[in-house]
Amino acid sequence: MQASIEKRIRSVFQIPRKGETYELRSGLVSQYAYERKDAIQRTIAAMTLGKDVSALFPDVLKNIATPDIEQKKLVYLYLMNYAKSHPDLCILAVNTFVQDSEDSNPLVRALAIRTMGCIRVDKIVDYMEEPLRKTLKDDSPYVRKTAAICVAKLFDLNPNLVIENGFLATLQEMIGDANPMVIANAVSALTEIQEAAPETNAFAVNADILKKLLLALNECTEWGRITILTSIADYRTADTREAEHICERVVPQFQHVNPSVVLAAVKTILCHIHLLDPELQKQYLDKMSPPLVTLAVSAPEVQYVALRNINIILQKYPDILSNQLRIFFCKYNDPLYLKVEKLDIMIRLANSRNVDTLLSELKEYALEVDMDFVKRAVRAIGQCAIKIESSAQRCVNVLLDLINTKVNYVVQESVIVMRDVLRRYPGYGGVIPTLCQGIDELDEPEARGAMIWIVGEYADKIDNADEILSTFIEGFLDETTQVQLQLLTATVKLFLLKPQNAQPLVQKVLQTITNECDNADLRDRAYIYWRLLSTNSQTTKDIIMSKKPPVKDVIQHLPPPVLEELLRELSTLASVYHKPAETFIGQGRFGADALQRKALEEQAQLAQEEPIQVSAKAGNLENLLDIDFDVEPVAPPTAGVANINLGFNKNSARTSPPIDLNQPQQFRSHVEDLLGMFD
Amino acid sequence: MLSAILLYNQKGEVLISRIYRDGLRRSISDLFRIQVISNTDVRSPVLTLGTTTFCHVKHENIYIVAVSRQNADVALIFEFLYKIVALGRAYFGKLDEEAIKNNFTLIYELLDEVMDFGYAQNTETDTLKMYIMTEGVRSEIRAEESRKITMQATGAMSWRRDNIKYRRNEVFVDVFEDVNLLMSATGTVLRADVAGQIILRAFLSGMPECKFGLNDRLLIDRPDDGNSKSKRAAKAAAGSVTLEDCQFHQCVRLGRFDADRTISFIPPDGEFELMKYRATENINLPFTVHVLVNEIGRTKVEYQVAVKATFGAKLFATNVVLKIPTPLNTASVTTHVTQGKAKYEPSENAISWKISRFTGGSEYVFSGEAELLSSMTKHKTWSRPPVAMQFSLMMFTSSGLLVRYLKVFEKSNYSSVKWVRYVVRAGSYEIRF
Repeated sequence: MQASIEKRIRSVFQIPRKGETYELRSGLVSQYAYERKDAIQRTIAAMTLGKDVSALFPDVLKNIATPDIEQKKLVYLYLMNYAKSHPDLCILAVNTFVQDSEDSNPLVRALAIRTMGCIRVDKIVDYMEEPLRKTLKDDSPYVRKTAAICVAKLFDLNPNLVIENGFLATLQEMIGDANPMVIANAVSALTEIQEAAPETNAFAVNADILKKLLLALNECTEWGRITILTSIADYRTADTREAEHICERVVPQFQHVNPSVVLAAVKTILCHIHLLDPELQKQYLDKMSPPLVTLAVSAPEVQYVALRNINIILQKYPDILSNQLRIFFCKYNDPLYLKVEKLDIMIRLANSRNVDTLLSELKEYALEVDMDFVKRAVRAIGQCAIKIESSAQRCVNVLLDLINTKVNYVVQESVIVMRDVLRRYPGYGGVIPTLCQGIDELDEPEARGAMIWIVGEYADKIDNADEILSTFIEGFLDETTQVQLQLLTATVKLFLLKPQNAQPLVQKVLQTITNECDNADLRDRAYIYWRLLSTNSQTTKDIIMSKKPPVKDVIQHLPPPVLEELLRELSTLASVYHKPAETFIGQGRFGADALQRKALEEQAQLAQEEPIQVSAKAGNLENLLDIDFDVEPVAPPTAGVANINLGFNKNSARTSPPIDLNQPQQFRSHVEDLLGMFD
Repeated sequence: MLSAILLYNQKGEVLISRIYRDGLRRSISDLFRIQVISNTDVRSPVLTLGTTTFCHVKHENIYIVAVSRQNADVALIFEFLYKIVALGRAYFGKLDEEAIKNNFTLIYELLDEVMDFGYAQNTETDTLKMYIMTEGVRSEIRAEESRKITMQATGAMSWRRDNIKYRRNEVFVDVFEDVNLLMSATGTVLRADVAGQIILRAFLSGMPECKFGLNDRLLIDRPDDGNSKSKRAAKAAAGSVTLEDCQFHQCVRLGRFDADRTISFIPPDGEFELMKYRATENINLPFTVHVLVNEIGRTKVEYQVAVKATFGAKLFATNVVLKIPTPLNTASVTTHVTQGKAKYEPSENAISWKISRFTGGSEYVFSGEAELLSSMTKHKTWSRPPVAMQFSLMMFTSSGLLVRYLKVFEKSNYSSVKWVRYVVRAGSYEIRF
């Protein structure tokens, strides 16, 4: 026992004579070239698998001087990976780099300068100056375009060096290069430097640069076109003629085969379209419709990006795809993330002319098997009813059909949707008996809450309302807070409408809450009701049973400032998440701290600007009494960041709380803005 | 701006990891494996964890993942990932785990070339193949030669090299149309459209200037077209088609097309996709399908499917397959067909009915019954997926599109031979019941 442990300890400290590392090492120093090359390949393979082969650094480095380009590339690849762990040894490679950067073969020159920039070790940086200066002025555009990117790499390591050596100025001159690819890379590098350090004034498009960019646009590679289009989109002009010119030159890109180029062109035009006269605006929007539809039928992943973007564009220009509803019909095999987006877009496109087609399609979806999708389809039917008044009756009929299918989750979702429909059109009380049939099946809190709300609201029309509520009240303590709140309000409403049967019920609820619940909201509300009930009963009735303004719209809209920001960010991650970039990028000035500060400032400003409206809000007491407590809690920014991927589950079909309906528009937008930043 | 490209196999092992930028932890590859590959509940191709974003596509048995830490252009990322797949296929025939393992040094070389510091560079297969070669054909490239190669790789015309010579100058034009159909249970067409592509195989010498003409209505009906007589004649001859939208290969001068809808270009050498288009008006559906399905109690489903070919009797379709879905608890199936073969495929929960040759104008009928296991658990409703159809049909276009001309102009004024072929295939051809 003792001996074996000793042996094992000893073996750890010894350099192994066998094993992979040993074999690789002997291969790397072999006298035969092919064996060395083979060993390098195997080293890279081990590196890819995540094994630590940094111990071989000196031996790999010995193979750097070779005429075999492929082998050179492999050694460089290894160098880039492990340079950090052996900064001192990297110096040994410098000589080869400098030599290679003067090689007669442009491929070798470019390779040298490209790799040098990737070896992120301070000591190397000092030797980069000369090769970079030469390659930036190289004859070969291939070398120049590589050197342009290298300036950005160097800036990331040592900004001062770039400025002191005039590399930044050279890079700026390169926008006028004869070769489109050099221009594109120079723009990429400059944009990056500008973002990292705005104080350098590295890159700002002006009329002169704009001309050069538009000229290069048609000759670039697809990726270069995106770079150029993006920087044109960021250009702010106030000149109508210039905006017209930009749109005119960019619009042919709608016919490019690469969907991301098309999307970049759409973004660029949307950034400048507001300056054109309405007639011309309409022309461009009409031209935009076919390419958008094409994007919406492209490969699934890019289609997802396109659909999320179309969703944004529709919020600003609702008529742009008005005749294209059918394109967004879901295919049976579409992945869920596409189906959900398509549903959302279809609802935005719904109007009185296409609503029949849409409804029969939605009904079809509601009978599929995927639970999430089915639920969203049911919600969509409700949204349809609320959006288009003339379709309400047909929507309700479809919902009743669905309830009769007796599929548990369909019924539950239909009940939730019915609640919203009733909040919009209180006259549809006739459906309540059908809803009540499935009452025992409801097990989701939201569905239970919705049912209870309906019973409370229509207590005078439902004969056995007290029975229904009392069955719920029996298990009061097991319910979620949201259901408990609904139950409390519903019972009070019942009491006000039918005082004779409901007195014991109300007392029981109020007592249970005040004695046994520790939730502050619940208790406070119970006390408020209790006091109201013990005063003048007519006033109480006026307050609690007052007429509420109908729900107008249950489709989610982005707050206008966010919408404007996202329109300028089309095709980016922000546009996919429908959130400003700073909410999920933690770096630099956009960190989480900055975000919180921004929120606080906004709040302070709000209080200063609108004290009257804030107090006006206090006047709307009757609405406050009926707050739906399903508003998402304002999470701290960090939690919001971690939850982004869940965003699309929560975002779309959620009913907006009625709290903000009576408040001044402006105040509401600020509140939503704040909420929107965190959710 | 990407930070890294990672390739995983089905099990989540890293096959290739190319990191372009600082700031990624070593464990980044584990993060994706845990959150996406091992997680069955991921429902979006874009995923942000903390401040790191993963965008992935799946191809064959591998995941291709792009990692970014910025507000990156997601459409660009996905297109770039598709491009990697296309490159892999062009180089190795197909891009799967085996191909990657056998060629990983070459893949590293490619990844080094197509992206620099997270910015996409030249991804044209043809030019890349000139200086990044597979083992078999590798040869020493001289400095002089690489000078030319790099000029081309960055040039305004990166897709064509100088001094191409052919003894016979030929162009093959293939028009492929994928027709998509969604038909409701009552037989109304909910959605019918055509996604077409025109593939050219050009074997032309020198620097040929090509002009390509279609029976595009917007072109033919141009109001400012002076010569109205010839216009009408052309229209009568060809009929005309409305293209909803089209996209072109980068060799096509988009400005010219935008101005007067002429398609002019200098083609790459060999095969390339000249254009893609979409049409939604006046779609000729080559097949009409009638489906009758009766669920009899809980133990039996009866089928009646009739397919009729609407195209002329001189043509015939090949590889016609209908997938007729069956409930999950199907025990056995009996079928009767007037043509072809029908077979129950338990793994797909469908009966596949194959007809290898389907002559125009004819109609065939399938009738069958599926016996169901009396389900021991709770009865779950059958979602009734649509009947899906596949076929391919030569010398027919669903959109009505025709190639009117392809003119080739070259300095040496050679004559060239052009061949045109039309093929219609089923895209997603679905009939609900």
